[in-house]
Amino acid sequence: MSYELIGITVLWLFLFFYLLLGSIDFGAGFFSYYSLLTGQRHIINNIIERYLAPMWELTNVFLIFFVVGLVGFFPDSAYYYGTALLIPGSLGIILIAIRGSYYAFSMYGSRNNRAFMLLYGLSGLLIPAALSTVLTISEGGYIFVENGRVNFHFTNLFTDVYPYAVIVLALVSVLYISAMFLTYYANRAQDKPALEIVRKYALSWSLPTILASLFVFYAIRGHNIEHYNNMVANSWMFVLSFLFFVVAVYCVWRRRHYGLSFIAVILQFGFAWFGYGKAHLPYLLYPYLTIEEHFTNATMGATLVTVFMLGLLFLIPSLYLLLRLFLFDTNYVKGKHSKPKY
Amino acid sequence: MHNYDPVLYSRLLTGLTLGVHIVYATIGVGVPLMIALAEWIGIKRNDTYYLLMARRWARGYTITVAVGVVTGTAIGLQLNLLWPNFMRVAGQAIALPLFLETFAFFIEAIFLGIYLYTWDRFKNRMLHFLLLLPIVLGASMSAFFITSMNAFMNTPQGFDMVNGKMINIDPLVAMFNPAMPTKVAHVLTTAYVTAAFILAGIAAFALLRGRNHVYHKKALRLTMMAALIFSLASTAIGDLSGKFLHEYQPAKLAAAEWHFETSDKAELIVGGVLTENNEIKYAFKIPYALSILAGSSPYTVVKGLNEVPRDEWPPLRASHYLFDGMVFFGVYITIVALWHVLAHWRRRRKGTMKKPLNRALLVAILLGAPAAMLAIEFGWIFSEIARQPWILWGYMKVSQGATTALYVDRMLWVFAGLYVLLSITCIYVLIKMFKNNPIEAEFIARGMKEGDVKR
Repeated sequence: MSYELIGITVLWLFLFFYLLLGSIDFGAGFFSYYSLLTGQRHIINNIIERYLAPMWELTNVFLIFFVVGLVGFFPDSAYYYGTALLIPGSLGIILIAIRGSYYAFSMYGSRNNRAFMLLYGLSGLLIPAALSTVLTISEGGYIFVENGRVNFHFTNLFTDVYPYAVIVLALVSVLYISAMFLTYYANRAQDKPALEIVRKYALSWSLPTILASLFVFYAIRGHNIEHYNNMVANSWMFVLSFLFFVVAVYCVWRRRHYGLSFIAVILQFGFAWFGYGKAHLPYLLYPYLTIEEHFTNATMGATLVTVFMLGLLFLIPSLYLLLRLFLFDTNYVKGKHSKPKY
Repeated sequence: MHNYDPVLYSRLLTGLTLGVHIVYATIGVGVPLMIALAEWIGIKRNDTYYLLMARRWARGYTITVAVGVVTGTAIGLQLNLLWPNFMRVAGQAIALPLFLETFAFFIEAIFLGIYLYTWDRFKNRMLHFLLLLPIVLGASMSAFFITSMNAFMNTPQGFDMVNGKMINIDPLVAMFNPAMPTKVAHVLTTAYVTAAFILAGIAAFALLRGRNHVYHKKALRLTMMAALIFSLASTAIGDLSGKFLHEYQPAKLAAAEWHFETSDKAELIVGGVLTENNEIKYAFKIPYALSILAGSSPYTVVKGLNEVPRDEWPPLRASHYLFDGMVFFGVYITIVALWHVLAHWRRRRKGTMKKPLNRALLVAILLGAPAAMLAIEFGWIFSEIARQPWILWGYMKVSQGATTALYVDRMLWVFAGLYVLLSITCIYVLIKMFKNNPIEAEFIARGMKEGDVKR
């Protein structure tokens, strides 16, 4: 495997982790606010808090890792995306800033401040919409190099169908992934009333998820036929993704194997994510940036890969410890330790 | 929109984000060490005051970390949005420390999550303390990596520049550049001092308001001792930084000191006014001091601005005043810390520990908190301004590194609004958090014995 392929695979994998953790996080924030409106907050808030409290900072790091790694492995991406995306990028930063800080403010400081909860619940939904737009842009048709200058034709984003399809998929997936995870978590906590509510959320967002995925398939065909053909060539990955979707929803519907169900959700999105990513290659930005031509110098590439391997030596045990203490420790999940208080 | 200059606005926006981020970053790097000291003393002496101190500091720390994380995310992304040309060129050589920083950040984030929620989870309290060490290390390593990137901008090496492209890259040589050791050491020690002073300022404020609680006195004892040690260390490192500048960036030193003609026996200029013809008026001049700072000897020949092409001069007035301001505040906090440590020894010798502390000292400590933070701000702004016009010293000018995008000016206002909003809410939440749960109440709530509360 070449260094550039290792690089992009690692980045894509970490972005996938961000997708999962971020979805759970953003969706939970939304459900938390939504349940406030429906008066069910007191039922589901415990499990949401117990999961989110130790995890929120970590989620952000995965995104930073992706951005820093992308520019590290492919410095030219800073030039193209950086020049073009000043406004959407800044908007993304603002949303992330509001989301992160108001979550902490509301969690540790002013509990039950409705304005804070609205701010982080809402910004959490806008972040996936904003970030998924970058994926749309990478398909080409929005960034053009004209007279040696990088220009961003953002009005095309409003007139094309494809961006809408991606945003809808992003939003629906966030809610689906989050609800599926909370179902698993509530079940682990043996919190029946909460389970009933989040299970309903999970089931009701499952069909929209699949419809939105199909819609994206349809829309990309009209937008970037080359990418579409590549995806069709890798169709087995998407078929597997669909099968795991069926497994996940079936388990939740029949109220059994919630753990297996969430693993199936991870695989559902994992296959779709890597199927999409594989078909996207070799382009980082269609048709200007490719992983081969715009890779950093060989020395830096080798150094970064080496450092990444060494970094994993620290990262994996630390992550394992975190998950063991807060995700797999039945007593913690059930809230038998002192509440998530510090 | 006339005279729209993306370079100027990119500088302003980057400066704004960094100016805000450095406050939270300094707290983020320094406070974990203070928490660690408090928890360690608490466990070793079995002193509930110190344990509670660690707990309360950690609680406030969480709030500032949240803002630090998001402003850090902001600068991480803005580097690419505002300086795409710079990142494209320099990224070839300096991606390594940035990449490493994300790992330090990972470790810090993971263990912070664990640490905060495991206070009462282990029977052995030492285990909980050990969880803090990766946070302290991760935070300090983050500072190390990011500062080495900044050091690279001052003394770039580890590559050959051919036709505007970097080739023959050696990432380690680029990272371990000559500016790195003094810069990193200065950043770390000053972060520890500043964090100590902020925590001390809070304690001093409580004592000034008449809450003569032993908890606050113990907090002062710990933080002032740490502040003294680290401020003395940072003074020594400051001296080394002078020697480093003399060696590698003489123009920066000359700008800070308004040193126009190369000479030995150079004098150190403090304050003063610079006229249109570059004459120095009303300044306090210390004979030989600049030569001694640059080379430990009055006979050291210090390069003057006359050796630098005029269009490569950093802004003279800003550089000098910022430098002086940094030194002034640095000296101030060192003296205050020394004052407290001496006062504490005297009180102990005389057996007057139970009496309230000298009010003047408390006021001086309280003022030390903003003074320390201003020293950090002045120091960073000085370091950046006196690097002008270079973004990559000797290779690339700031104007070549910036974006060409439109609307950077509007983004500047939007971000200014965001940072004001975040900072105000942060302060509001912090005040509310500690007002609703004062130390006295927490002592009672935790069922600790109250016998020595009013010592």
